[in-house]
Amino acid sequence: MKEPLGATGLMLNEPLLWEKGKKGRCAFSLPRRDVEPRPLDRELTGEGPDFPDLSEVDIVRHYTRLSQWNFGVDTGMYPLGSCTMKYNPKTNEKQASLPGFTGAHPLLPADLCQGALRMMFELEQYLAEITGMDAITLQPAAGAHGELCGMLLIHAYHKSKGSQRSKIIVPDTAHGTNPASAALFGYRPVPVTSNEQGMLSPEAVAELMDEDTAGIMVTNPNTLGLFEENIREIAEIVHSKGGLVYCDGANVNAVMGIVKMGETGVDVMQLNLHKTFSTPHGGGGPGSGPVCVNKHLEPFLPVPRVVEENGKYALSENYPESIGKLQAFHGSFGVMIKAYSYICSMGPENLKKASQLAVLNANYVKEKLKGTLHLPYDRPCMHECVFSDKDQAADNVTTLDMAKRLMDYGFHPPTIYFPLVVHGAIMVEPTETESKENIDQFIEAFKAIAREAGQSADLLHGAPKNCKVKRLDEVTAARKPCLAG
Amino acid sequence: MLYLPHTSEDIASMLQVVGVADLDDLFATVPEDCRFKGDLNLPEQLTEWELNDRMAAFSNTMAVSPEYKVFIGAGSYEHFIPASVSYLLGRSEFVTSYTPYQPEMSQGTLQAIYEYQTLAARLVGMEVATASHYDGATALAESLLMAIRVTRRRRVAVSSLIHPLYRQVVRTYFKPTSYEVVELGYLENGLTDLAATDGMDDLAAVAIQSPNFFGCIENLQAAGEKAHDRQALFVASFTEALSYGLLNPPGSQGADIVCGEGQSLGIPCSFGGPALGVLASRKKHMRSLPGRLVGQTKDLDGKRGFVLTLATREQHIRRQKATSNICTNNSLCALAAAMYMASVGGAGIRELAGLNHDKAEYLKSELKKAGFKIPFGAPTFNEFVVEFPEGFKATYKRLLEKKIVAGLPLASYYPELANHCLLCVTEVMSKEDMDKLVREVKS
Repeated sequence: MKEPLGATGLMLNEPLLWEKGKKGRCAFSLPRRDVEPRPLDRELTGEGPDFPDLSEVDIVRHYTRLSQWNFGVDTGMYPLGSCTMKYNPKTNEKQASLPGFTGAHPLLPADLCQGALRMMFELEQYLAEITGMDAITLQPAAGAHGELCGMLLIHAYHKSKGSQRSKIIVPDTAHGTNPASAALFGYRPVPVTSNEQGMLSPEAVAELMDEDTAGIMVTNPNTLGLFEENIREIAEIVHSKGGLVYCDGANVNAVMGIVKMGETGVDVMQLNLHKTFSTPHGGGGPGSGPVCVNKHLEPFLPVPRVVEENGKYALSENYPESIGKLQAFHGSFGVMIKAYSYICSMGPENLKKASQLAVLNANYVKEKLKGTLHLPYDRPCMHECVFSDKDQAADNVTTLDMAKRLMDYGFHPPTIYFPLVVHGAIMVEPTETESKENIDQFIEAFKAIAREAGQSADLLHGAPKNCKVKRLDEVTAARKPCLAG
Repeated sequence: MLYLPHTSEDIASMLQVVGVADLDDLFATVPEDCRFKGDLNLPEQLTEWELNDRMAAFSNTMAVSPEYKVFIGAGSYEHFIPASVSYLLGRSEFVTSYTPYQPEMSQGTLQAIYEYQTLAARLVGMEVATASHYDGATALAESLLMAIRVTRRRRVAVSSLIHPLYRQVVRTYFKPTSYEVVELGYLENGLTDLAATDGMDDLAAVAIQSPNFFGCIENLQAAGEKAHDRQALFVASFTEALSYGLLNPPGSQGADIVCGEGQSLGIPCSFGGPALGVLASRKKHMRSLPGRLVGQTKDLDGKRGFVLTLATREQHIRRQKATSNICTNNSLCALAAAMYMASVGGAGIRELAGLNHDKAEYLKSELKKAGFKIPFGAPTFNEFVVEFPEGFKATYKRLLEKKIVAGLPLASYYPELANHCLLCVTEVMSKEDMDKLVREVKS
């Protein structure tokens, strides 16, 4: 193989903020004082917070050094399954930082914020077209917040029909957020297991579905990277008992322009703009989790909603059946701008192409690595594929060891130990923005690691060795928590 | 296409490896009746330059400073943000990384969030702060649910002077549950009527915002005593984080949980989002906290490092028994806040908060001199309520034409307050801007 990506370089140590600095420094240009001081009653004022005092150079070096200890999509391939770490286009950042957007107060009169409202209105239309759903709310802040919104909508729907249902069906392959979102409002998640092909079977759902069950939460494509082939039949079973189908749309990157979820029996679904629509993940957010619904759930959507009349846009609270509000204001507006820009830059043909290439890349990885790693479900996959460490067990090498060793080769590891149905899972999602050369290099790295597993397992057990730190003691961190300095 | 690197040669050779004839065949496992056969009805692709034009056109319709003088706060505040903060926040190693599941490759994010947790906790006077929540409103809803978990009680008392939109979010979260929200009224001086909690039983929490929605500084110590009298937790909420540069932090006034909005700390208004939910508590409640936490630990060589910790509270381990469903939070906003707090520093934040207060006092006194009524007598920070004469609507409209937004009319939130406006002054407003506002409303 070519020279591996991973290398060592000069990385600088940097203390904690409050371990540096000196009284008398400041990195902020204090605004001019043009009014007299008017001291507040002493009883109301405190000492002021104990913040360190640093100069601008101190601050800039501090964060520049910290950033160099991080790995992002801009650094290299980040094949984190289920997270869709595709490239984040730079023009999106530029658009979101336009002064008219960043400076806008959320409670401006509608006449003074037409551009923002129009952008939101059009983004809703675009997302409705891509998903085949009837109406959208952009308010949820992230995927799990979208799930929570979906559960509230389902709850409100059943309540409007005069029924209180207590259960919801959640497959064993679901993200942890699914059962947690359902349970937050008192729904009891009822697990359903997938079959030998990694699919939900209509029979298994029929057995559990009854008139005390509010619906089902399905991830499609599912967390094994497989398209739920029986989705229509399952939806019919759920609907026949008066239930609703919630689709976790975290994996829509596989099917843009290929499947419209609204046409497969789905009633409500969240999208993750920070996955499918290229907005950066920011080391853990902010995200945006719009929720798409069919007509019969539209009256329950959160308020305010963006409405249009004769080319003028406004925010309307006039939806008496609405579930209410999920955030104080209108959601992650700054993130929406980036997703809107992405859709405009791509156009309809390239969105479809993106899904096709995402699926091509995943299948290519699957074919190339299946002789190296155990592949529990050997069938065509969608945007991601799931391996396991079964073949390395004899060498006493685990998924964790291989993941850590990948870092030394210059790659972010895949998602590991998820989905839970695969023991020692290794979930690879290359995304469409990785070129064939990058993927070949990743494949070569994984093959080299598998060889090392057989020959010198210690290299893997001691990995990573090229990062800022070695493996960290997570047990002590949890047992004796130190959460602030 | 810029973001799709595959050449037709690449595609052909990859298809061959996969063993299918063309890109459509990759989807053979998708049943026929699930396939969309048409073309997506979306606008034609834009070039980078066309996109610039379209977005600039949208942006140009927005009423923002310096062209407009917007005297609205109410949960979203315009403050100066140093260029160094925006610049550092744009470092793509921070921006384009995921949640730090692999700590060895994410020490930058992890140390920065650990520092944020520390500075946020110091700001509000608490021992522990989470890695971030979506916004102040969801942080309040999660805090109340946390209080219910800790106390195993079912009822929360919420001040009617907590931001009305925050209370709507709380109601939305609570609607499908069997938990009860009781609202506490307000007194003539613009403070919460704490006596209303007397005799309330089964209380999990008493929640007060300070400065409250009218801008008035609440007596947190008294509120804490009332809460503790009823064996409830005292939840202190806030919308203007900068106020704690000057005011007693809630932690010093007996708060058990502090929650609120951190947008003032280096995050632009951005039409309301993304924002920063701050949530902090006493150490004894840390295992009941919702959301992510970063903790300090050591690596194999004994070197200091940081990891996500106490994950057994969280959804990916605990599933339906988790303390919250939160996964993606607002990490980059927390990073901005940490950069901002470090830049302003201890001395700077006090001076800056003082300036906010003094400017708002100036406008208040000028409006009073001009004959307008300040209905609530309690001390305020950088916001206050003004009662304008009957028919103020027309004046408000006239001012909009002069590019002045004269505060937030309160009637739609508090119907009893017709002709009342909530005005906000931060350091970005000059004396001249304020004098102009007073001149214009008088004329």
